[in-house]
Amino acid sequence: MDDFIAARSQMALSLGFHIIFSCIGMVMPFFMAVSHYKWLKTNDEVYKNLTKAWSKGVAIFFATGAVSGTMLSFELGLLWPKFMDHAGPIFGMPFSLEGTAFFIEAIALGFFLYGWNKLNKWFHWFTGMVVGVSGLASGILVVAANAWMNSPAGFDFVNGKYLNIDPIQAMFNRAWFSQALHMCLAAFTATGFAVAGVHALMILRNRNAAFHLKAFKIAAVFACIAALLQPLSGDISAKDVAKRQPAKLAAMEALYQTEKPAPLLIGGIVNEKDKTVKGAIKIPGALSFLAHGDFKAEVKGLDQIPENEHPPVAVTHYAFQIMVGIGTLLLLVSLTYFFILFKKKPLTEKRWLLKLFVFAIPLGYIALEAGWVVTEVGRQPWIIYGIMRTKDAVTPMPGIAYSFYIFSAIYVSLSIIVTFLLYRQIKMVPVLYNKPETK
Amino acid sequence: MKDVVITFLCMAILLYFLLGGADFGAGIIELFTSTKNRSKTRKTMYQAIGPVWEANHMWLIIAIVILFVGFPFIYTTMSVYLHIPLAIMLIGIIARGTAFVFRHYDAVKDDMQWLYNRIFRYSSFVTALFLGIIAGSLISGHIDPLATDFYTAYISGWLNWFSVAVGFFTVALCGFLAAIYLIGETNEYHDKRRFIKKAEFMNVAAVVFGAMVFIAAQRDKIPLIDWVFKSTVGLSAIILASLSLVLLWYLLIKGKTKVLRILAGFQVTMILLAISYAHFPNFIRLKSGNAVSLLETAGPEKTIYSLGLALLLGSVLILPFLGYLFYKFQKKEE
Repeated sequence: MDDFIAARSQMALSLGFHIIFSCIGMVMPFFMAVSHYKWLKTNDEVYKNLTKAWSKGVAIFFATGAVSGTMLSFELGLLWPKFMDHAGPIFGMPFSLEGTAFFIEAIALGFFLYGWNKLNKWFHWFTGMVVGVSGLASGILVVAANAWMNSPAGFDFVNGKYLNIDPIQAMFNRAWFSQALHMCLAAFTATGFAVAGVHALMILRNRNAAFHLKAFKIAAVFACIAALLQPLSGDISAKDVAKRQPAKLAAMEALYQTEKPAPLLIGGIVNEKDKTVKGAIKIPGALSFLAHGDFKAEVKGLDQIPENEHPPVAVTHYAFQIMVGIGTLLLLVSLTYFFILFKKKPLTEKRWLLKLFVFAIPLGYIALEAGWVVTEVGRQPWIIYGIMRTKDAVTPMPGIAYSFYIFSAIYVSLSIIVTFLLYRQIKMVPVLYNKPETK
Repeated sequence: MKDVVITFLCMAILLYFLLGGADFGAGIIELFTSTKNRSKTRKTMYQAIGPVWEANHMWLIIAIVILFVGFPFIYTTMSVYLHIPLAIMLIGIIARGTAFVFRHYDAVKDDMQWLYNRIFRYSSFVTALFLGIIAGSLISGHIDPLATDFYTAYISGWLNWFSVAVGFFTVALCGFLAAIYLIGETNEYHDKRRFIKKAEFMNVAAVVFGAMVFIAAQRDKIPLIDWVFKSTVGLSAIILASLSLVLLWYLLIKGKTKVLRILAGFQVTMILLAISYAHFPNFIRLKSGNAVSLLETAGPEKTIYSLGLALLLGSVLILPFLGYLFYKFQKKEE
């Protein structure tokens, strides 16, 4: 395996792994806070048990997310030293703030997990909220740093030198808001559907239905609201990308030729050699509208971008299709769910709806990973868009392939163990939290 | 602002050595505990470090963020030439961090516990060892950016007598810190005796490995003796550390716990000071005889300014909250 490809694969794997855990760490505390609040207000033991059960999941995910995040902060240098040499002082501001947010999150988690019966109950609840808020802040800050790679700002690039560095301007680059918004909603959608789906499965199997129904409702409401808002945020992102990174947009839509008006392609097989797309459904003018808010606008194709600046088209296009496809599906599930809620029909009778949620367990995360593939692969061949190429940033050390194999083995085993632990946690719910109201 | 940032960097590294080190030490102690006492040790340890577990490891993140934002040249030099030991340390951090949480949160306590325990103990040892190796390599003067062959560039920079001796010295110090910390976390007489024994054992080990570090330094032609004994600060630090050693043994035999902790922390701080003061503000000594200095490689002024501001703001939020965490979950003396 080529060292450059190995380095990219290792980075992709590490990020792909970390993203799932950090999203859960960002979102679950809010579910816990709702359940915890209901326990404090209603004295219903089920809510207390639910909060405790969820907090165990959060502890597992947080620990895994924390170590994989530590890993990443080193990996940036281990794999991309030439990038960090220049980028560190420019885009470091969000990272230094993130360090604070992450630290606060870790302290608050210590209070929350070990604070039962030891702290004032509202202070205890508050520490749980702090976990969520600082987790969310961490997520936004890290995404702001990534946004800088897509939309470099806060320095002047003169003759290969990075001058007049302004870290604050770098942090508030033009992409930070659209990316952070999209990511936060994605985190809520993905985690919400995954959690709701797992509890839906338990309701369908008739295990501790009272417990799982309460859990399902909390997670489902968060998930469905986020899924409804996500298309709006996607629209902001699309218009933003069209303006800043026309090559990425063209790759997302496999638009080889500049067109006016440009059609939206759904599906299709990309042939990168012939620069054609076969078998896609074309919606005339729709891409013009999505990118520029005008059905007749011109959309820049890859023909207007130098060949050596083209991102991999097929991967970007397929990933984009997967993300949008799943997003649409989850939007429909959410509308159905709210319709049923509105009609005040008991959920336990709507077994098909619960089955739909079970089906959706992995979907949010697949869409989320696909979205990151679009962002990252769509930015290639650049590591800092328009400034530094990824291949110029890679470490001079040979043999990165071995490092990639070792870390792949570690991440695969960790994923297996975490899944196994979660399975055991859920299996043990009747034993750990057996209360009279459960059957 | 440069001074503020460098102060924070030193503080983060020191606190990681003390707090993270005590965490590693807990695993190391478990490794050297007889099978019949292990489950007891584990229980005490969990109560002691469970609540502060995640927070202790944040110091590493703070240190590394300060390095890559404020001193990118140091960060990338380390990343390139110490790639292998850093990667091994990271594998250790991942393994022990997850094993520690998994063994506690596995809803079924069965044979898997055996696996988690093994991973936790051995990876604690490996992490501390390589943390020490990395620290030793930075001052060993074996790192060679001009190297043209793989061995000199990526192996001999850290695989040398001095770095490895510092690695084992670090392992002993971590074990020592943990044992001292754990003495105060139990009220049971036999447990206390056991941890006191461990602390004594680890302290002897630290003295032995400390001597090895000096011998290895002689062998690798590192002027460690000059650094420590020819500078006033180095010399006074080492004298204070030695004096506190006598006091420490006295208190150990008496079984005074709270003062012990402060004393042990003080001792390790003095050792770090003695070794590092002579070449401060140099951070990495290179084979060519040159050094990479914190002052000379600091990032642009605006970056350092905003980094310092972020750190100050962060510490206002973090320190009281963290202090309260430690206060709230400390073992009450009965």
